[in-house]
Amino acid sequence: MSITGWATIAFFLLCVVAITRPIGGFLKRVLEGETHFLGRIFGPLERSFYRLAGIRPDEGQSWTQYAFSVLVFKIACFLAVYGILRLQTHLPLNPMGQGAVAPDLAYNTAISFLTNTNWQSYSGETTMRHLSQMLAFTAQNFVSAAAGIAIAAAVIRGFARRSAGTIGNFWADLVRTTLYILLPACVLLTLFFVFEGVPQTLSGSATALTIEGAHQSIALGPVASQEAIKMLGTNGGGFFNTNSAHPFENPSALTNFVQMLCIFALGAGLTNMFGRMVGKERQGWAIFSAMVALFLVGVSVLYWSEAHSNPALAALGIDPSFGNMEGKETRFGIAASALFATVTTDASCGAVNAMHESFLALGGMVPLVNMMLGEVIFGGVGSGLYGFLLFAIIAVFMAGLMVGRTPEYLGKKIESREIKMTMLAVLCLPLVMLGFTALAIVIKPGLAALSATGPHGFTEALYAYTSAAANNGSAFAGLTANPFWNITLGVGMMIGRFFVIIPVLAIAGSMAAKKISVPTPGTFPTDTGLFIGLVMGVILIVGGLTFLPALALGPIVEHLAMLRGSLF
Amino acid sequence: MTIIRQIRPAVTLFICLSILTGLLYPLGMTALSNLLMPHEAQGSLLTSEGKIVGSQLIGQNFIQPRYFHGRLSATSGPNPLDPSKSGPLPYNAAASAGSNLGPTSRALVDRVSETVAGLKAENPEAIAAGWKIPADLVTTSASGLDPDISPEAAYFQVQRIARVRHLSEGSVRALIDRMIARPLMGWLGEPHVNVLELNIALDGLQ
Repeated sequence: MSITGWATIAFFLLCVVAITRPIGGFLKRVLEGETHFLGRIFGPLERSFYRLAGIRPDEGQSWTQYAFSVLVFKIACFLAVYGILRLQTHLPLNPMGQGAVAPDLAYNTAISFLTNTNWQSYSGETTMRHLSQMLAFTAQNFVSAAAGIAIAAAVIRGFARRSAGTIGNFWADLVRTTLYILLPACVLLTLFFVFEGVPQTLSGSATALTIEGAHQSIALGPVASQEAIKMLGTNGGGFFNTNSAHPFENPSALTNFVQMLCIFALGAGLTNMFGRMVGKERQGWAIFSAMVALFLVGVSVLYWSEAHSNPALAALGIDPSFGNMEGKETRFGIAASALFATVTTDASCGAVNAMHESFLALGGMVPLVNMMLGEVIFGGVGSGLYGFLLFAIIAVFMAGLMVGRTPEYLGKKIESREIKMTMLAVLCLPLVMLGFTALAIVIKPGLAALSATGPHGFTEALYAYTSAAANNGSAFAGLTANPFWNITLGVGMMIGRFFVIIPVLAIAGSMAAKKISVPTPGTFPTDTGLFIGLVMGVILIVGGLTFLPALALGPIVEHLAMLRGSLF
Repeated sequence: MTIIRQIRPAVTLFICLSILTGLLYPLGMTALSNLLMPHEAQGSLLTSEGKIVGSQLIGQNFIQPRYFHGRLSATSGPNPLDPSKSGPLPYNAAASAGSNLGPTSRALVDRVSETVAGLKAENPEAIAAGWKIPADLVTTSASGLDPDISPEAAYFQVQRIARVRHLSEGSVRALIDRMIARPLMGWLGEPHVNVLELNIALDGLQ
């Protein structure tokens, strides 16, 4: 570990703190339909979209209508992406002549992109045409991120409104987020990325005659425009197989830094928007603080782990001061790789700048644990905030039980319906993660896809279903998905998305209908250190009780084997 | 009924937003990028006498002792002699890949010991001078296309290069000193050397 490494982490955190408030303020203006400077430019476009769609943006929806809108929109996305992938040979812009995508892979990929997971069972440069990359993936990156932010806004309205029947209009939230937040930011980011060396071209490849006289075919494409939304929308689906480790996706330490900042930007901003909309910014900062504390634990463990060299390699006479360089890029080194891996799994991004599978055992456990905790440390755009609010509800419920009072959050009584919905959302994730892993490691098609044996192979399977259910999309990438995996991972991604979205919207609906009670001296304050500690405790205890046995079978036993010098 | 009424906005907005973000945005950005920054937008390609010799950002598989060698690469691709067969093809920039070998993998340890033996045979002077082998020279990069090595990995190869090319060690070392990319503001990023650019400069020395 080095001073410069820690300086990078500290400066990163400082930047996140600095951008939270301005972004939160702008998010609120956009999602509350207030006036802002971008409205003057894109306003006519926004209104023409509403006219074509036949909707009134100020017409509020009940939670069931809002949820139906989300679902119907997602079905449309699924059918379109599936169709484009299956038919890509018949569509234009295919410089490399790629064939149609197989049905199970197309199904898996369509679900993957519409749920903002961006799990990639394919390798981008060898499977997908430019049209698929642009029309199917870049577009889905925008709308799945916008849908996540829209749902978060609806949930916040549930907490902020009193005795209300509606939680906003999904279509307006979707269009406004895309037009005013994601698109303008991505235009600037694309230009920055190209300036730093990320390609943006329609040609498929260049052929070089190397100075040693060999031929090298270099895959190219419209990379920068996809890179921008991939990071900002916490999508994480790379243009190339190796994602942000590929020098064309992430050419320098500076692009790497900006990419990490993009992953956290909107998630952090949403905590501030939450505070503003419920009337007290401190409520947002309390959530922010709990997230930062959990982030720091993760990055410290991961950095510490990777700064060590693999003992089996050090024994061969290799300089141990480099740390574990297998599967890492020279320009990023240990610190920026550890930071990126933490950030991408704290949020549900899933982009990688190093191969998580090649981390040392405890290093690889950190991304896994981050996802198992439900990706509530800033989290995916939107999903991080509403995921965190579920844990906040459990925390105030437990505090209420301890003192024997009806639990309240932001003046709203938490009653049995909210707790039931919260538990439904919190429990469905481990069911997918652990249930499918248990199935995959006892049947042939499940085992056939694993590249490693021993505890590492188990971790590979556990990581895959955890990543799918948490809608992350990063992988222990040695796994070669076959139809069994494509289908089960697809189911996992859907459950992980919709069995959280629907209960969380139900909570928003019932919260909106409640009165806001006046705080009394007996009210448990939710903007203090006590609450921050309690909610962190809930997150860690729920995660620990659920996943510790599985972690013991995977990374923990592998760590012990590594120290003992066992190989598999 | 509620569901039926949602179909029109769902389909219309899907089409509108897809055209905007999936066609107009990437195509517009392509046009703008190529207008403002054509070199970068086209992949930062390096040319020599009108022929493309590579990309500044993409590593190449250097195997001759007269050139600096880069990281190991786990990419694979069609066998150059028999394209119907697929096998290891280091620095295949048409199909990036990492090794994805875990810390307790026997395959990893076997591969590294083989590389170590090769490096020792190729750089006897550095080994005799007591160098420990720089870790980046025996590990695969994440992308398989890493264009860089650490300054240590470059200095490790100085004596071999000087011997094969009949250059003074001092001049090779001075070349590396000149080619090291330092961290931004002194702390952001790791010091590194671009192997392709270093080798092109090396050819220019003679």
